[in-house]
Amino acid sequence: MLLIDCPYCGERPEIEFVHGGQAHLARPARPAEASDSQWADYLYLRDNLQGVHAERWRHTHGCGRYFNALRDTTSDRFIATYAIGESPPVGTADTSRGRGSP
Amino acid sequence: MQRFSALSLVMHGLTGHRRWKPQWRKAEPQPAYDAVIVGGGGHGLATAYYLAKEHGLSRIAVLEKGWIGGGNTGRNTTIIRSNYLFAESAALYDHALKLWEGLAQALNYNVMFSQRGVMMLAHTVHDVQVVKRHVFANRASGVDNEWLSPEEAKAFCPPLNIGPIRYPVLGAALQRRGGVARHDAVAWGFARAADALGVDIVENCAVTGILRDSAGAVAGVETTRGPIRAARVGVAAAGHSSVVLGMAGVRLPLESYPLQALVSEPVKPVMPCVVMSNTIHAYVSQSDKGELVIGAGTDAYTSYTQRGALHISNHALEAICELFPQFRRLRMLRNWGGIVDVSPDRSPIIGRTPVPGLYVNCGWGTGGFKATPGSGHLFAWTIAHDEPHPINAPFTLERFREGRLIDETAAAAVAH
Repeated sequence: MLLIDCPYCGERPEIEFVHGGQAHLARPARPAEASDSQWADYLYLRDNLQGVHAERWRHTHGCGRYFNALRDTTSDRFIATYAIGESPPVGTADTSRGRGSP
Repeated sequence: MQRFSALSLVMHGLTGHRRWKPQWRKAEPQPAYDAVIVGGGGHGLATAYYLAKEHGLSRIAVLEKGWIGGGNTGRNTTIIRSNYLFAESAALYDHALKLWEGLAQALNYNVMFSQRGVMMLAHTVHDVQVVKRHVFANRASGVDNEWLSPEEAKAFCPPLNIGPIRYPVLGAALQRRGGVARHDAVAWGFARAADALGVDIVENCAVTGILRDSAGAVAGVETTRGPIRAARVGVAAAGHSSVVLGMAGVRLPLESYPLQALVSEPVKPVMPCVVMSNTIHAYVSQSDKGELVIGAGTDAYTSYTQRGALHISNHALEAICELFPQFRRLRMLRNWGGIVDVSPDRSPIIGRTPVPGLYVNCGWGTGGFKATPGSGHLFAWTIAHDEPHPINAPFTLERFREGRLIDETAAAAVAH
């Protein structure tokens, strides 16, 4: 079981959380003007990468808040957690992003 | 290929079984092939076999980063059934089930396919409605499935507890043609038959890049054992599909999750069939060695670690101990995880990609083993004809853009 560092509550066991999928996906600003391909990309395509993954978690059985995390999907080790709306901490994201991110 | 028969067994017995030869060659990669299949699991090996057997391609290689059948082919709980909700899915999985029924003969290899019946339990009023809907939908599309009362379910599977437990058994759907097969034998049988048709099976050969020509079409693959040229590349890499396709700049609608399974110590025959419960996440059957083979649900987060959290497998064991109280005293021998590629509608993707000459067979999620021969058969057709077979035409990548999802999520939102 993972030990997850909620930015608001501190370290708690994984069973208190719900995984919220890939972070930083931007919804098309004008959905009615998005093409079918752009809309399908937003809804369905994911990086699913092998390496450092930016993802959302929700502390459902705690504070109830969403937050972001960087986790290495080859080891399940958390590198950082940070608030929704913030960018990944400098030096932890793009430079070390894994294979599978084109 | 040395054919297996009663006579060959007797002859080898007379010489003390010392003259058996390896069942397939350890091939060295050649510089070029007509088609390269990435992934030496059941799906990839079956694809190579059907490409050679039915489409006359002579120069085919299967590239496997580890050893054949060492990924999800060797990690699943071997359940085979075809009673999916939608007509497209039922046609796809029943195509596979029909191939299973003649597979041992076709491959001259005993895959130990046993149609002992797959029973899917209903525990709530909602379950009863959903499962009955499945039964009626399946019968309308010619797939066998029948509704059993709790007493009939108990008669079919005597160890089942139909008493007043937390999630009581209110009934079950039974597909009598469903069952199990020996997963390793499936990989070995396809490898042996493909090898006999000239397919090179190259192990310890990981693909590290996809080569493209000046027009952008596939020209081959870069591997840890050097570049290999091929005009057609088919990827059957299961949980690692996003990684391999990412090398060609193709993003897929997939997320890879760990899925766990366990086996118990071996005991005398006690489970006559496969029992599965989507509601309480438990899958159990008994192997011919006597071990109970138990499947759990997927873990909560995406990962490539091939392991999962203990509370997930505990959840499955708690459910099984309620359904089969006599199993409480069994010890578990091993547990492990595999990485499954889950698509948004829990249906597979078999078809072309935006890159000419590059084909993908992925998204089988938690239930790909049952489709092994059908998946290989249809993928081989797709690669040979550069267009999908009518059965997998609804399962192409375009369905996500066109809104033609085949939503088996409600039907099997969890491991199946």
